[in-house]
Amino acid sequence: MSPLNTPPALAPVINDFVVKFANVNGSGSASANSMFAKAIFRMGIPVSPRNIFPSNIQGAPTWYEVRVSEAGFLGRRGGQVELMVSVNPQSMAEDVNSVCPGGYFFYDNTYPLDFKLIRDDIHYIGLPLTQITNNTFTNPRQQQLFKNIIYVGSLAHLIGIEFSALESIVNDTFARKPKLIPPNIQALQLGFDEAKTAHPDPLPLQLQRRNKNDGKVLLEGNAACGLGAVYGGATVCAWYPITPSTSVAEGFEKYAKKFRVDAKTGNNNFAIIQAEDELSAIGMVIGANWNGARSFTATSGPGVSLMQEFLGLAYFAEVPAVLIDVQRTGPSTGMPTRTQQSDILISAYASHGDTKQVLLFPATPKECFELTAQAFDIAERLQTPVIMLTDLDLGMNEHICDELAWDDTHSYDRGKVLSADELESGARFGRYLDVDGDGIPYRTIAGTHPEKGAFFTRGTSRDEYAAYTEKGEAYQRNMERLSVKWATAPKYLPKPVLTERDTTQAIGVIHFGTSHEATREALETLATSGHAANDLRVLAFPFHDEINAFIEAHEQVFVVEQNRDAQFKSLLVNELEINPKSLISVLHYNGDPISARVIHDTIELHLAAPVSSAAQNRG
Amino acid sequence: MSFYKPSFRHPDSPTNQLGLTRKAYEGGISTLCAGCGHDSISAAIIQAVWGLNIEPHRVAKMSGIGCSSKSPNYFLNKAHGFNSVHGRMPSVTTGANVANRDLLYIGVSGDGDTASIGMGQFAHVIRRNLNMTYIVENNGCYGLTKGQDSATADEGSQSKKGKINPFEAIDLVALALELGATFVARSFSGDKQQLVPLLQAAMSHKGFALIDVVSPCVTFNNHPGSTKSYDYTREHVEAGAVVDFVPMAQEITLDQVKGSTQKVALHNGDSVELSKLSDNYDPTDRVKAIQTLHEHKSKERLLTGLIYLEPESDNFHDILNIPDTPLNQLDEKTLCPGSDALSQINLGLK
Ligand SMILES: Cc1ncc(C[n+]2csc(CCOP(=O)(O)OP(=O)(O)O)c2C)c(N)n1
Ligand code: SF4
Repeated sequence: MSPLNTPPALAPVINDFVVKFANVNGSGSASANSMFAKAIFRMGIPVSPRNIFPSNIQGAPTWYEVRVSEAGFLGRRGGQVELMVSVNPQSMAEDVNSVCPGGYFFYDNTYPLDFKLIRDDIHYIGLPLTQITNNTFTNPRQQQLFKNIIYVGSLAHLIGIEFSALESIVNDTFARKPKLIPPNIQALQLGFDEAKTAHPDPLPLQLQRRNKNDGKVLLEGNAACGLGAVYGGATVCAWYPITPSTSVAEGFEKYAKKFRVDAKTGNNNFAIIQAEDELSAIGMVIGANWNGARSFTATSGPGVSLMQEFLGLAYFAEVPAVLIDVQRTGPSTGMPTRTQQSDILISAYASHGDTKQVLLFPATPKECFELTAQAFDIAERLQTPVIMLTDLDLGMNEHICDELAWDDTHSYDRGKVLSADELESGARFGRYLDVDGDGIPYRTIAGTHPEKGAFFTRGTSRDEYAAYTEKGEAYQRNMERLSVKWATAPKYLPKPVLTERDTTQAIGVIHFGTSHEATREALETLATSGHAANDLRVLAFPFHDEINAFIEAHEQVFVVEQNRDAQFKSLLVNELEINPKSLISVLHYNGDPISARVIHDTIELHLAAPVSSAAQNRG
Repeated sequence: MSFYKPSFRHPDSPTNQLGLTRKAYEGGISTLCAGCGHDSISAAIIQAVWGLNIEPHRVAKMSGIGCSSKSPNYFLNKAHGFNSVHGRMPSVTTGANVANRDLLYIGVSGDGDTASIGMGQFAHVIRRNLNMTYIVENNGCYGLTKGQDSATADEGSQSKKGKINPFEAIDLVALALELGATFVARSFSGDKQQLVPLLQAAMSHKGFALIDVVSPCVTFNNHPGSTKSYDYTREHVEAGAVVDFVPMAQEITLDQVKGSTQKVALHNGDSVELSKLSDNYDPTDRVKAIQTLHEHKSKERLLTGLIYLEPESDNFHDILNIPDTPLNQLDEKTLCPGSDALSQINLGLK
């Protein structure tokens, strides 16, 4: 089966390549694959793994793409990969094609490779994975699981993963089930030895220990959100299962069980309610927050669609609520297990009438943690829903980020809630009075005071004292106060982050959420070819003044987003009242996380265009 | 506007054990049509809560949308109220209740609100045995949107315009029994004698208590041909288990047990005294209750009273194992694990 021509050789590289694994969903490859990425992390080398999985449970192809980047670029690079590990006959043709010329195709040669899969410009590495497992392990499930561990062992030889890093992971993973340690180590060793015998020379793709991960952790965004909710003081989590947000509730449960079970009584200082649907989930969240308990839900696009009516109620009746929307592709069911940033408009203007909702855009698991915790402060301070927009890429993949930190002097901002004493000594309480001129009224919690402070929460129009009214002036006064509150909001929201690379301010790039890493890489690459650009990463809506200033200061402004219709651009145009032509979209929406290549190439194409349409059309 | 409220109260107005007159339990002036059954239910709620010696501000009044759902405006002014969205009162109440288990939760809903748009949430709040009193003000029609048939309108019942309802009715009491509700009762807004003790028993029940109250809509569904009119209901009503509610404090003095009366102890020590329709009827037997209900229905009789009671059951708070201290009163020290714990977590993520 050796090809007719000798394939080109890859230039040797250290710590800079992409390895992709092709597996069968449900075959237990996830732990082996994550062991691979984690070992690289433990070697101190920046690494970013991504799951690409189908929306079924078993049988269909699933991929795991691991980017190794000495330079610390953690977004998707894009393009073909240097090394493909193919353990799925179903996807082999596609997998062969995803290897770059000179790259490597690693496969199970227990069965012969179809000649149609032979390319003469790539290298083939066959190892009898099935045969080895079948000879070594008797139980069929074990045979399936250890096959995956064996290829990880082989890679240790081929690309230089430190065996001790793998061993340490096995030891940590099975600390509570020590019986499983020896067979896992044995499988790793089998793979290692087999690869060494069959392919004594390691590949030109090599890993070498560095110390770039000091002070870093490897974490999924969803788990970070769950943990953030525990730290943020959430006591009630009401949710309904949906990919890719389910693991937020699971994360909350895991950490709540760890930290919130009363040692004396065994009681739970938290409640998790799996609701009957998303309408109910958000209803519970609103009820709990109304009653003074911090509460949240996590969902994805279809859930946000269902929650619209309630979000309008919470906006208008001014009830805090926290909603974590882990976005996936739409419209409708779209591709449930692929990523997108396409719930921006439905979230910003969630519900009928003149409604506006506060949004947060985390870009890393650390920000998922911090912004989730902060979201409760913001929601209570502003007495309104806060919708955090993450996505599948951030939520369901492990990302390297700075260690999580918590300031023990922080105290929860419960906002303007009147205590019994304050009610007792205060003037007449008016639930919707703008006492401080910031548009934020005072609220009271049920049961606080026997005589004072009770009011009726409703979605219908009312006056400053919460009395029902259909008087146009009263309605309008209320709506105007809500606008004042909206104008106050940025004060409590995280500011955009500016990275300056260009003093001439020719090119500006605006982005948010998970496009962050890929944008950074694209802009650093552009800078080396003479197109330095500044970028502004937006963390919250309503927008801070800095965003308008940034747009005004730059000749050409690109907006990077992962949806077809440039929703974020629409929001900028609409809210900042700017000419749509002053912004150029960089769009990506095939369901994969955006890559540095797409951003780089789109911007470069525009810059190369004869007429700078954006610059001309400003005004 | 159906009742006028003079602010004057006779100095000798009776007070409850808290020293409060009934006035302390009143609400705003009703804007419902004069004669609407819902107003009588509000009056019964006032009487019931007053009689139970519950401080008004320790009650949370929850509702959905509809004339019925507006009615929490018209009782217990000193209690917080939440008029949510159509059919979704159960979820809001669930959240509120989980946040603070110490209040008495009274949910008021309509038959449109509960049996149509809110059917899902109704079923699930029963399933969870949330500790609340759920009152359906059942008029067989949509009052607030001007008289359309609701899902509880009986087959063959006539609308105001003379249209005959061709569909089978949903019987919320039968459904609640089927779904495992631990307290199920039915009453009539025109029968305060029966309704007040039923409400008191429901409010004292630790778990989900449904009271389906036939509450005629005088404007759209109170004509000959309607099976939810005052006249029809009065003619067809049959009291099943007639109850007397016995609060704990009176326990010692009260021993007027009549011939066919049975006493059922509630979770909190209070009890319900039942005068049974027939000696065969045991309101603690779910299967019997379902059967009796159907027998009455086939005879076009409306069975009222306490239809089913499970005196001991785990309510939602027990099931969730949440502490006696309401979740909304836990402080930051209890809730936030702090930076040391986070350092440990960081170590585990390497
Ligand atoms: C989502 C939604 N759909 C429809 C309505 C219109 N609506 C208001 S009240 C009502 C029916 C109320 O009927 P019911 O619950 O029986 O109460 P009643 O007015 O008879 O007391 C409807 C359909 C609404 N407010 N919201
Ligand atoms: S329309 Fe019917 S239900 Fe509504 S207030 Fe009038 S009588 Fe009552």
